Amino acid sequence: MSIILDHVNYVYGEDTALAVHALKDINLVIPDGQFIGLIGHTGSGKSTLVQHLNGLIRPTSGAIYYNGEDIHEKDYDRKQLRSKVGLVFQYPEHQLFEIDVFKDVCFGPKNLGLPQKEIELRAYAALKQVGLEDEYFYQSPFDLSGGQKRRVAIAGVLAMKPEVLVLDEPTAGLDPKGRDEILDQIAKLKEETGITVILVSHSMEDVAKYVERIIVMNRGSVLYDDTPREVFKHVEELEQVGLAAPQVTYIMRALSKRGMPVDTSATTIAEASQEILKALHRTV
Amino acid sequence: MIRDITLGQYYQADSVIHRLDPRVKLVATIGFIISLFVVDSWVGYVVAALFLVCMIKLSKVPFRYMVKGMRAIVFILLITVVFNLFLTPGEPLVSVWKLTITKEGMRTAVMMAVRLSFLIVGSSLMTLTTTPNSLTDGMEKLMKPLKYVKVPVHEIAMMMSIALRFIPILLEETDKIMKAQIARGADFESGNLIKKAKAMVPLLVPLFISAFRRANDLAMAMEARCYRGGEHRTKMKPLCYHGADRIAYGVLLVYFAGCVAIRIML
Repeated sequence: MSIILDHVNYVYGEDTALAVHALKDINLVIPDGQFIGLIGHTGSGKSTLVQHLNGLIRPTSGAIYYNGEDIHEKDYDRKQLRSKVGLVFQYPEHQLFEIDVFKDVCFGPKNLGLPQKEIELRAYAALKQVGLEDEYFYQSPFDLSGGQKRRVAIAGVLAMKPEVLVLDEPTAGLDPKGRDEILDQIAKLKEETGITVILVSHSMEDVAKYVERIIVMNRGSVLYDDTPREVFKHVEELEQVGLAAPQVTYIMRALSKRGMPVDTSATTIAEASQEILKALHRTV
Repeated sequence: MIRDITLGQYYQADSVIHRLDPRVKLVATIGFIISLFVVDSWVGYVVAALFLVCMIKLSKVPFRYMVKGMRAIVFILLITVVFNLFLTPGEPLVSVWKLTITKEGMRTAVMMAVRLSFLIVGSSLMTLTTTPNSLTDGMEKLMKPLKYVKVPVHEIAMMMSIALRFIPILLEETDKIMKAQIARGADFESGNLIKKAKAMVPLLVPLFISAFRRANDLAMAMEARCYRGGEHRTKMKPLCYHGADRIAYGVLLVYFAGCVAIRIML
């Protein structure tokens, strides 16, 4: 049970003067249950890549396998695939259209042809999963705040009960509080259901705290694919491609330069504070 | 999928045609279209074709690109040809069942097809080599005399350039919303007409909302910059004719005179 990308290439506007080679020879294995951060500068090909995962874009060359089956085989059921690999787009609140929140979340499961009762149960569960209060269920989605709209949109994908959840910049345009809430909710969801989550972002800070594996994209290729700890060792290289390591990494490096015996590969605030306390020979 | 429409798109290149003043291109396009209806002999069409091919060569726009734009009108072209072929009275050539192809019908059908495709290629050459902004700029300048009869020329030009500017934005938006709904299991392709129309709701509602939102934002931004219409408004890059533009007018005049001459002589 996994997604495999085998030598995937994608060219926008092939055969025109404006052709852009958006993905260059991508080879990835995404096993079940991983929490992955996909990171890259604007235009590095991350959004293009995730649209390949559920067959929205057909690669120019190469193949994508979901659970061992080529998703571009002639009689492969791509509609079924889209319910298994849920994709939440950037600014997903722009896709809302129904007269009330609950109906909008029902849209996904309804398209799967489920019985009405099952649809409503799923919609209810999904709205609960994203932490939306009952009082909003029968309001127009257009009357909600930005953060609430985004939750509704995410719930719309969750209601299809995907095995893999891909979120393209779920925190773009949210304030710090809204950002933390959404990310915490996703992490909680991941823990409870054990689904695979792929978090697309250009912010190291966002993902470092949650994910177990980071894939760094640069100009359409995979630059690094490793644990956060390993990836953030390449601070200089990351900066060269327009990214940065989390702030704690910089603090730990500065401390180590000043002679404090700390491990500079700490990636989260919790890890860092442990390291510093250890270096100061104190315990909490 | 939607991005394949080339009609009315700008093709980035550096050529003589691209650098021409938009007014020249506008006048030339109108002139070319008129010339297509002036000539009515094969010699005339050959001259028009030569003129067109020269212009395409000069513009450095790949020929493939033009033909791609033609695909959108193939259907209209076919209807025209079929109707002309069967419904023109005259000397019968072939007769199958109730349908008769006449000699005159054959002639008009071919001529209409040639005329229409030249017309499309000619005008798409203009839009492919002129950015929407300079195109409306040119129109505004050309229509300036109409201001004296109280036509709000500047406002019309502004509305046009805004409308043109929004086409690619809304296309992109449509593409995005479509993908987002397909990811939620929406199906835009199968089913009968009613089902297909119903399937458009999840696409159209968000699209309209986003169009209104964008229009609102733009109005706000324009107001914040104290924009207020045409009177006493100056341009950062005022249009003015250069040597190449005069030569272009000359070439156009020669071509047009040639067409008229062919019409009179033959």
